[in-house]
Amino acid sequence: MMRLKAGMRHTVTLKVNGRTLTGQAESRTLLSDFLRHELKLFGTHVGCEHGVCGACTVLVDGSAVRSCVQYAVECDGAEIRTVEGLAQAGLLSELQQAFNRHHALQCGFCTAGILMSATHFLADNPDPSEAAVRDMLSGHICRCTGYYPIVAAIMEAARAARGEKK
Amino acid sequence: MKPVAFEYCRPDSIAEAVALLEEFGPDASVLSGGMSLGPMLNMRLVRPAALIDVKRVHGMDSVTAQGAEVRTGATLRQAAAMRDAGLMQSVPLLALALPHVGHFQTRNRGTLGGSVAHADPSSEIPLALATLGGAVELVSKRGTRRVAAREFFVDVLTTARASDELLTALLWPARRANAGHAFDEICQRHGDFAVVAIAAEAVIDANGALAHLALGLGGVESRPTLANTAAFLGRPADAKLAREIAAAAADAADPMSDLKATAEYRRALVRESGAAVLAAAFANAGKH
Repeated sequence: MMRLKAGMRHTVTLKVNGRTLTGQAESRTLLSDFLRHELKLFGTHVGCEHGVCGACTVLVDGSAVRSCVQYAVECDGAEIRTVEGLAQAGLLSELQQAFNRHHALQCGFCTAGILMSATHFLADNPDPSEAAVRDMLSGHICRCTGYYPIVAAIMEAARAARGEKK
Repeated sequence: MKPVAFEYCRPDSIAEAVALLEEFGPDASVLSGGMSLGPMLNMRLVRPAALIDVKRVHGMDSVTAQGAEVRTGATLRQAAAMRDAGLMQSVPLLALALPHVGHFQTRNRGTLGGSVAHADPSSEIPLALATLGGAVELVSKRGTRRVAAREFFVDVLTTARASDELLTALLWPARRANAGHAFDEICQRHGDFAVVAIAAEAVIDANGALAHLALGLGGVESRPTLANTAAFLGRPADAKLAREIAAAAADAADPMSDLKATAEYRRALVRESGAAVLAAAFANAGKH
């Protein structure tokens, strides 16, 4: 059993985007704050901070989850993927390129979270219906795009991953 | 929007978790997925001295068939339950309810037991469990007890769980032979809290008459409720009967009024959507 006292700082180790990173967190430190303030990974955005808007979504052990309603200490030892891990060798992922082509972002605040959700979703659903994509997107709030270009970009990225034409 | 400072405890076993509950009692909050507790902590609606994270308690997310029941461990994630074809087949009402629970991103973390222990009156999993006549298993240093779901839910966010007890499992009656199920909910946007949620289980006999019916209502009163439908058994299970039963349930209900909907609107939803859900359950009955 692990017991971490209130008001003290504890060592937390995460594997983030393939790299083992360590920082200090109080037991109450949100995963989103730990990523941003401690690990200096500012790509994960914080919106509502109560699990509603989806901006802070990251992958924890492969699953898209809100990083603002879990604690860094809770995730100790977990494998985390953030938006910083999507581009490889300076090249945007297929999904990110599709977002770019379709103007699936304007202000970009919600984008990091949506990209992470879509990354998990497409891994589980390589050939999704548009309705299923919209259902997945219901967990995100975007105030700029009206969602249409986001749906189009995700559908196109799915086709590309299946080797079909864009 | 940050929680108060708390001691973080991560037990590995039920015995350790129960010992912590004994130690902290009402000053502890049990953390499972945290999809409801997390927001309440961030908003400081709850200010626990200790957070007991049961996510890594060994074996508490298992699914086992036990005679006429299916036992789902409390920390089974909603997304994992949806992927468990055997579970979805044995508890069809749960399969129908789960896609309405939150969103993809919250079902990936949220658990069945957490949702039941939280007892939001509009939540789908408590409604499904109460409708089917399921139960919960509670463990404390004093022993293990089983409480029927219909008695477990007491009021808004209030259950029969004592502060030293841990909810360890949900017990679901396995599907009745030839039963038909249906579930629907009305909310402002998909994935939001239900204004009204309706669950039904129906069995129709060889003559087309209604032989068994459970009609559960969520979001209507301060806890999931069951409509009294005994007077309708033996009648031909058709659309007319569905409308009559839903109208009676709407008349008998004592709906709440809040920012989302008035009591009268909720009553109308029970009448209209209730009839549709019942008709769907009748249509699904006997088809397996």
